[in-house]
Formats: sequence, structure tokens, C-alpha cells
Amino acid sequence: MCTTCGCGHGETKIEGHAHDHDHEHGHDHHHGHDHNPYAPARRHGHSHAPGMTQSRMLKIEQDILSKNDAYARENRAFLAGRRVFALNLVSSPGSGKTTLLCKTIGMLKGKSAVAVIEGDQQTSNDAERIRATGAPAIQINTGKGCHLDAHMVGHAMRQLDLPERSLLMIENVGNLVCPAAFDLGEAHKVVILSVTEGEDKPLKYPDMFRAADLMLLNKCDLLPHLDFDVDQAIESARRVNPAIRVMRVSATTGEGMGDWLAWLEQRH
Amino acid sequence: MHEMSLAEGILQLIEETARREQVNRVSAVCLEIGQLASVEVESLRFCFDAVVKGSVADGARLEIIDVPGTGWCLDCSEAVPMTDKLSGCPRCGGYRVQVTGGTEMRVKELEIE
Repeated sequence: MCTTCGCGHGETKIEGHAHDHDHEHGHDHHHGHDHNPYAPARRHGHSHAPGMTQSRMLKIEQDILSKNDAYARENRAFLAGRRVFALNLVSSPGSGKTTLLCKTIGMLKGKSAVAVIEGDQQTSNDAERIRATGAPAIQINTGKGCHLDAHMVGHAMRQLDLPERSLLMIENVGNLVCPAAFDLGEAHKVVILSVTEGEDKPLKYPDMFRAADLMLLNKCDLLPHLDFDVDQAIESARRVNPAIRVMRVSATTGEGMGDWLAWLEQRH
Repeated sequence: MHEMSLAEGILQLIEETARREQVNRVSAVCLEIGQLASVEVESLRFCFDAVVKGSVADGARLEIIDVPGTGWCLDCSEAVPMTDKLSGCPRCGGYRVQVTGGTEMRVKELEIE
């Protein structure tokens, strides 16, 4: 178990950050969250059944995900300190997130430094694909876990030596359900839907499309070969999230990539 | 959606409180779960019972308070009740409704001995 913060249970593995021994590494994060960040609970004791075991109620009033949210706040402050713009990329498996990232990194070469945190249950294949572009990347393997959480991402982002004003892309585990609920400290969630999937995915997995600020409709170069109805897909997304922005892109042909880069540069 | 992670989050809050307040046993846990929080309550109960085994809350009763869903219809400019996130506005039938309440997932209180 990690002696600094008590982490290290479970099967999560972060490249270069061994978690299966009592490590006493000297990284300087984690001040803050292991003193208790929560207000002390108020006691308002009353006994229930006279003559039986004395029990009383203790007010807690805390969000179940408050621990994750506290880590996310720390991550956000860490990123703000370096003026790093972070995005959390979410989609089903196979939507083309990694290809889109490689293309984006290539097009930003010489303009913006990009670093990547890759989340997958197993293998470091995706991080290796990113590193082949020349960008730094760290792979997090969640083991049995189905999403990245703010704690593991906090460890990974501190290992990447993020330069001032750089971009951090966090590629979440391919899953349209659980990652919606976990704030990682990002500026925006970006959902990628590929045209080889169904137009009604936003209706089937509304939480994710509601949590995202931007939807990239990827693999648009394949549209001539498919029955995919773009308007219907956009309408489905707007039905769950009236404010979502939508861009049609193809990481393969480069179509629409200019709009995506302009969106990045505007906010960065 | 990820009821096992939620159950583990609940246990963390229980254990932190138990340490701080020097509680030996938690006999009941009261949660507030919004109708629009996408939590499968039966699955959460199952996961909760599994993760609290061997902890201060082993065998604890789980009480869940249902919080109704509410939204704001952008077209009617009015607060409206929502039973699910895709049901649309009950007044105009449109879908430009933003969720304003019923997404909470909170540990409200613990019964301790």
C-alpha cells in the first residue's frame, strides 16, 4: 500500500509507478487530501428502543463520490497552476479515439505540446502508439475497473512532466457508462461517436452524452458506405443534451480536423 | 451504472467517519439517491452487502431515500417534474429540458452503536 496516501489496493497499474509494495517514493503530491477534507460529522444522539443496545444517528451528508471529487479538485488546481488544458475523451471501444489523438498530435506539432494519459483494462498498446508520434504518454491499466478515477489520473499527470500551457488528453477506458460519473479534473469531456455505431447511442447511453460538451462524429469518410443518418445522430445527442456541440471529423482523411483544432486552440 | 464503485465509496465514507468518531459498529446506513442518478438500487444493495463484509458496517441495514427528479424546460421557462431523463417536458412535450434535481448520490446519516 502507498504510505503517502494509502492507495494501492486493487489491480490498478500506472506505468512507472509500482503499486504492489510499500513504496516510499519521494514525489511531493498528496498533501491535502489525507488530512480529512470533510467537516466533522455532527452528533445528534438519541436512543431508539429503551432497554436495547444504545444506538444513535450520526449526520454525514456527503456525496458518495466526494472522495473522487476532492482528488479532481486537486488535479484541476495542479493543471491550472501550469495553465494546462485537459480533456477527458470518452467513447465506446473502437470509436477511433487513439487514431484521432495520433492525428491531432501530428497536426499540432510545432504549435502545442501534447501529453496523453491512456486508460485501458490491460496492455500498454495505446500508450505505445502515442509515444510513436513523439508525444509523452502514460498508460494506466485499471485491471477489473471500468473507468479512470481522479486519484489514478492525479498520479499519472504528476509523472508526466507537463510543460506550461500544454495540452493534456486523457483517453478514458472505452465505456459509455461509468466514466460519465467520474470527474478527473478536466476542462471538458469530449465524447467520440463513430458512424459505424448506431445513431441512437446518445439515447441508449444518455449520461455520457449529457456529461460531454462536445461530440466528435468520427470516421465520417465511411459515410458513403453506410446507412448512418447523421441528422438523426445529432438530434439524439441534442435530445439528451441541448447544449452539446457537434463536429464531423475523419481522423483518416483529415476531414473536419480543422474545426476540432480551432475548438482546441480557442479554449487552450 | 458502476454500483460496485459507489458501494466502495460509501464504505470509504463509513470507515473515515468510524475512525474519526471512534465508532465500533454501524448498524444502518441512510442514503439519498436521486431518481435521475442512474443508480440501479437493487444492484447497489447487492454490492453494498458484499463490500461491507468484515468492516464496521458488516450486516448494516441500507435505507435509501428516493429523491424525485426535476428539470427546467427551456421552452416553457418553467420547472417541471422528470421521471426519467428522456421523458421530455410534461407540459410542451419538447426535449429541451435541463436536469436541475434528482441526480444526488449522498450518504445522509449512519446509525451507530
